[in-house]
Amino acid sequence: MDADASLLRRLRDGDEQAFTALIERYNSSMLGLALSFVPSRAVAEEVVQDTWLAVLRGLDRFEERSSLRTWLFSILVNRARTTGAREARSVPVADAGPVVDASRFGPSGAWAVPPEHWTEAVNNRVDAVKLSELLRAGLDRLPARQREVVLLRDVESLTSAEVCEVLAISEANQRVLLHRGRSKLRQLLETELGGGGPR
Amino acid sequence: MSFLSGLLRFRSRPPGLACQEVVELVTDYLEDALPAADRRRLEAHLADCPHCTEYLAQMRETIRLTGRLAPDDLSPAMRTDLTELYRRWRAEG
Repeated sequence: MDADASLLRRLRDGDEQAFTALIERYNSSMLGLALSFVPSRAVAEEVVQDTWLAVLRGLDRFEERSSLRTWLFSILVNRARTTGAREARSVPVADAGPVVDASRFGPSGAWAVPPEHWTEAVNNRVDAVKLSELLRAGLDRLPARQREVVLLRDVESLTSAEVCEVLAISEANQRVLLHRGRSKLRQLLETELGGGGPR
Repeated sequence: MSFLSGLLRFRSRPPGLACQEVVELVTDYLEDALPAADRRRLEAHLADCPHCTEYLAQMRETIRLTGRLAPDDLSPAMRTDLTELYRRWRAEG
């Protein structure tokens, strides 16, 4: 927040380095988010470029009632949605059903195949790279609505209120999407780290 | 949450939560969005159930690891495009 506030000040002073720092910081998440709404990487890149131009042109009018990143992501999502609708891409249907496979519970609903304790592998530096790649791939494969929420909440560390503002969704809807997305990523890690997940 | 509400409606109301219900409530719990009574029931279950406690720890670990994902590097082409975009904007004003 403070880093963003200082970048904003420098950007308003016409400091090109501040713009570079901002794109280094946010461009890849913006691209990832845009890809949720539009059919191709080329279109997503256009949306991101349009967003940066809108940000620069809007600098004078930005009143800082929301944080810089919330403003940035909101502009992006609005543009990506408009473009996505124009590209007439079908909206993915939300998946239903339990987040942990029902076969892992007994008739009473108690664990039959419980999660095993994750080993220290999680903290091992070498494995950390592998786990990051695994999570990144898992995130990319999440249904679009879930990916958007997990990306903003857990990767970008926005607050739930900020995520709701950016995506224009309710707190309850946000939690459902977050729950489904996070649960799938946990399952992915469990399969990798050992334990009762489906192999 | 129709799956969960179905689950809650049709079971024969045993005193505590089942593990299968707990895994559907962990996010609401972590988000501090559970009504106080549900929160107490969940915490009572966790106190007695090492498996669900482990499950909750794994969810927390998943969130931590996801938060560590570094953004992809900016591609040189994108950097060039955006630098040009910035300079065009400067020339506008």
